[in-house]
Amino acid sequence: MSRISEEQVRHVANLARLAITDEEVEMFTAQLDDIIGFAEQLNELDTTGIKPTSHVLDMKNVLREDKSAPGLPREEVLKNAPDHENGQIRVPAIIE
Amino acid sequence: MSLFNHTLTELHDLLHKKEVSITDLVDESYKRISEVEGKVKAFITLDEENARKQAEVLQGKIGTDEAKGLLFGMPIGIKDNIVTKGLRTTSGSQILHNFDPIYDATVMNKLHEANAITIGKLNMDEFAMGSSTENSSYQKTANPWNLERVPGGSSGGSAAAVAAGEVPFSLGSDTGGSIRQPAAFCGVVGLKPTFGRVSRFGLIAFASSLDQIGPITRSVEDNARLLEAISGVDSLDATSADVPVDSYSEALTGDIKGLKIAVPKEYLGEGVSEDVRQSVLNALKVLEGLGATWEEVSLPHSKYGLATYYLLSSSEASSNLARFDGIRYGYRTENAENLIDLYKKTRAEGFGDEVKRRIMLGTFALSSGYYDAYYKKAQQVRTLIKKDFEDVFENYDVIIGPTTPTPAFKIGENIDDPLTMYANDILTIPVNLAGVPGISVPCGFSDGMPLGLQIIGKHFDEKTVYRTAHAYEQATNFHQQKPTL
Repeated sequence: MSRISEEQVRHVANLARLAITDEEVEMFTAQLDDIIGFAEQLNELDTTGIKPTSHVLDMKNVLREDKSAPGLPREEVLKNAPDHENGQIRVPAIIE
Repeated sequence: MSLFNHTLTELHDLLHKKEVSITDLVDESYKRISEVEGKVKAFITLDEENARKQAEVLQGKIGTDEAKGLLFGMPIGIKDNIVTKGLRTTSGSQILHNFDPIYDATVMNKLHEANAITIGKLNMDEFAMGSSTENSSYQKTANPWNLERVPGGSSGGSAAAVAAGEVPFSLGSDTGGSIRQPAAFCGVVGLKPTFGRVSRFGLIAFASSLDQIGPITRSVEDNARLLEAISGVDSLDATSADVPVDSYSEALTGDIKGLKIAVPKEYLGEGVSEDVRQSVLNALKVLEGLGATWEEVSLPHSKYGLATYYLLSSSEASSNLARFDGIRYGYRTENAENLIDLYKKTRAEGFGDEVKRRIMLGTFALSSGYYDAYYKKAQQVRTLIKKDFEDVFENYDVIIGPTTPTPAFKIGENIDDPLTMYANDILTIPVNLAGVPGISVPCGFSDGMPLGLQIIGKHFDEKTVYRTAHAYEQATNFHQQKPTL
């Protein structure tokens, strides 16, 4: 029985903003199914009442004074942008 | 003999006695690179012009007050997921094929302050996702001990370059074994520090609760000295730890009398090759001879490490890699119909299969309806795995086992089977999940391929890890053997 369907793979690819071909849907469905199946061995463990660990060390908030500081120079920021014009990054139309 | 067979301290002395110049060191690197790089393919980008200029400037300072510190004038290689201002940084991915960072990672600032010289940027699995460096979108790096075998990964370039004598030291990064596993496969020394020991600022993030930068070197002493140079709290990384940096090199006394070693039975069991098992048992005899004692213990949740790791690291990666959208930097698709289409095509064209696979797995584990069953469950198991280590460390100083279950495998052997590939990291992953430090030191050979001994310590106890590794190294000669290329 498969744990993950092709439809789910398409849904997840959309959430992850990945264009996906039909061939990839097939490949990822099989591979994710294997990996998820493997991961289900964690269900052998009773974790009722166990605190989840998101970070290994005791963490506390690290605060600093809220001081203004100069930002990055515009030319630096634009240096790696694939498309820019008049000092701004250009993207396709967002509102049609 | 290569100059790089000398330790960092020896090279430093040679420089200051003017028996060797900084230009000689940089020449040694680029000469060796020109001889063997065609076979090893460890570097993605070289920085020869700048390195040579810097060598000349620094040489002029020898004999003055400015020539301070052990790293002064020393050539080093840097894994390509550590951002270097003005020097292309790709993270092994086409999505960053033209990325020219506008700032330096904190470890780079520290190396610049110490006047180390960057030779180039080292090959790696794309975004550090892999165990063989075969997932690099640029080239496959070969193991200097046998060119048909993988160097390990993801810091395969960093380990291979040191093993091949192209650089005397390098930096790698380790999320689930990515420093220790290639160090073992290439017969060099690699340490993953305690989580928070080294700033992650400027390390292109894979899994932020697991990633650590660490040194890959030819000797334990060099490793300790390099870690001293790159460690410390950093206001730019809120997860860096405000814990004083020990003098790791002072811990290298050779004295391990009374050291209590734990050997997890899970680390010598099923899936571990006979040669690997035997090399670890031999190492334990050596350590006993030096006055240490060892006992078998259990890390009962070890076998759940792999599944826990893939769920957590992929979940974190799916979030971290959302920033690669084709807007502010990197590759952008040329045929987008609208903004969403631009994101989707940019990412589909820019990422390789393994990266996509993990983004998909992570997105799935975090998605509505599955979060509790997979992501939260894995975080709970992480608590159990961490506790396994805490329990053992109540009674023992270090934990010892193999770094990998087998020696380096053949290029292409595991590439189509993600689960078999992932199993390579079964002995290194729990260390990242627990956040403790671990080192791999050479401990033997199997069919001519190097094997690694893994020594694991308590949080922020790199000192004991180094002391043990150094005592073992000095009592054996595995680290002195070099590949013939």
